[in-house]
Amino acid sequence: MHYLLKKFCTLIITLFIVSLLAFCAFQLIGDPTTSMLGTNATPEQVEALRHELGFDRPLLVQYGDWLIHFVQGDMGTSYSYNMPVSEMVGSRIMVTFIMTMMAFIMTVVVSIPLGIFAARREGGVFDRIITAFDQIVMSIPPFFIGILLTCVFGLILHVFQPGSFDAVRGHPVAYITYMIFPALSIAIPRIAMTVKMLRSSILEQMGQDYIRTAYSRGLNRDGVLWGHALRNALIPVVTFVAVSVAEMVAGSIVIEQVFSIPGIGRLLLASISSRDIPVVQAIVVILALWVVVVNFIADVLYQYIDPRIRLN
Amino acid sequence: MAKREKILEIRNLSISFATGEGILHAVRGVNLDVHRGETVAIVGESGSGKSVTARAAMGILAPNSHVDSGTMKFWYEEGTGDTRCRREADLLRMSERERRRAVNGRRIAMVFQDPMTSLDPTMAIGEQLMEGMRWHNRLSKAQARRKAVQLLELVGIPEGERRLKQYPHQFSGGQRQRIVIAMALACDPELLICDEPTTALDVTIQARILELIARLQKKLNLSVIYITHDLGVVAKVADFVHVMYAGKIVESGTAEEIFYDPRHPYTWGLLSAIPDLHEKGERLYTIPGTPPNLLHEILGDAFAPRNRYALKIDYRREPPMVRLSDTHSAATWLLDERAPHVELPAALRARIARMKQEGNVL
Repeated sequence: MHYLLKKFCTLIITLFIVSLLAFCAFQLIGDPTTSMLGTNATPEQVEALRHELGFDRPLLVQYGDWLIHFVQGDMGTSYSYNMPVSEMVGSRIMVTFIMTMMAFIMTVVVSIPLGIFAARREGGVFDRIITAFDQIVMSIPPFFIGILLTCVFGLILHVFQPGSFDAVRGHPVAYITYMIFPALSIAIPRIAMTVKMLRSSILEQMGQDYIRTAYSRGLNRDGVLWGHALRNALIPVVTFVAVSVAEMVAGSIVIEQVFSIPGIGRLLLASISSRDIPVVQAIVVILALWVVVVNFIADVLYQYIDPRIRLN
Repeated sequence: MAKREKILEIRNLSISFATGEGILHAVRGVNLDVHRGETVAIVGESGSGKSVTARAAMGILAPNSHVDSGTMKFWYEEGTGDTRCRREADLLRMSERERRRAVNGRRIAMVFQDPMTSLDPTMAIGEQLMEGMRWHNRLSKAQARRKAVQLLELVGIPEGERRLKQYPHQFSGGQRQRIVIAMALACDPELLICDEPTTALDVTIQARILELIARLQKKLNLSVIYITHDLGVVAKVADFVHVMYAGKIVESGTAEEIFYDPRHPYTWGLLSAIPDLHEKGERLYTIPGTPPNLLHEILGDAFAPRNRYALKIDYRREPPMVRLSDTHSAATWLLDERAPHVELPAALRARIARMKQEGNVL
């Protein structure tokens, strides 16, 4: 419990620091009043708008004000669209979240059995096929896999219709079918990496002394693998998958473009180019929250897997 | 000596490893017997092949190893009551399945060098203790549990019921080794192989672990093979000693014969290299040079280049194993009748005289 409490405090502190950084970084760029009013605005007009938006207050006050509102769910108002940021971000974050979760589930469900079976018969036919395939898949960038999937499943097999995201909204089956492909594009390279990682992690554990002890007790390879090596081998894999899940969101920015999905990535790109600072700040903090929460979950899992963490 | 029952007989065992640099001949024709209730020590430097020999018995050799020749006969009893019968098996030719069923953990168990790494860090020690029993004896969880608590008590860990739930990192090194021993004894084995069981432990703990093994051996009528480089350990526990060098046994005999009447120059070297409080101020003897590279073929006596008593023939022909008594034999040309007479080094002779006088070795 103590361990989790500590990790939770770290989580809060991390978020606080990220929010402060995000806030300050955009202050350095300068306030957006000039770009909002155009080059013909008089200094008086600019000053008036600055006052209206609160940019003339001390920085710390501005930050405190923003933070308090943010925590309450009020992320400010978008400069470009003049609508609440929370409304703009809310629906899009769900799309990205669903896509990433699907990719995550695919990664775990596919790579763990493959990794185990590759390691189970090291050097066997299955192992060699997996290893060779892994090498190829790992080196293909997700956006290209996206394009391939679009061609094969969209244009040739007609499993889904590329670019029809708006049409599938509200139809769960069609929605999921559509989302499978972007999720797959993100997941495939990750699956390859996770398989490789799990395989080598298991094989590394299989060479440990305690495995030899287990063999000397009469266990066979399967007994040793499932009973001892796997649990120990999962510890580094949990770290890797946690990092992957965090990175998947970043990867989704490109994939959303390929599949024309209105996720958070597209919004982020649009807001950066239009200097829509409240939107960008909100997204940065949300992404940080995502990373930190995923890591927290990984920490919870660690202490479940590894008693040394649980009991120290 | 009462009628001795042989339970393990190793004949002409040779094992090699395929390495990146070539074939490494780790074990080159080892012969060794183990009788019920007796303790056999295999002594040698690292790389002499002593651990490899033991691991071959358990079928836990590294994947790049190959048994080139030899037999390893093991006798055991199977069944209960009327169906009880004595069986003979060759450990080197047993099927993997049969070995796991009838030998590993069941009749031959092993204690490893480093108790810090030989337990699964993510599994409670109780589960690790019970694993073998559940696997071999098909005990129910409750039965296995009861026995696990008894085993912990047997090896000197009180409050077994509570400690079963604990993990290896919650025990000290000495306690862990006790747990490893308890684990080895889980299925009432007949032969216990201890591979450097005290090397990784504090000196104060070492003696206690040795006493524990000796006590258990007597109580359970176990045969024990000790693999060690520490002659101090050998002196304390062994009935029979085999000195191994470069994959071969160069001298074997009872503990008295090896300590009081050593014949092989390598054994002399080992005995001289034991630190001794009586010889304060004198430089500690070390055997010059290093063991030969077993990747290359060895001509003659492998120890010759480090042996100041080496004869010309030592570089050309391998010395035969010369029988000195029913139990004592050594492989050195110095024992040949044509060889010049070589006296034991004076310092060693004095040391042996003192050991004899004190009535115990070391």
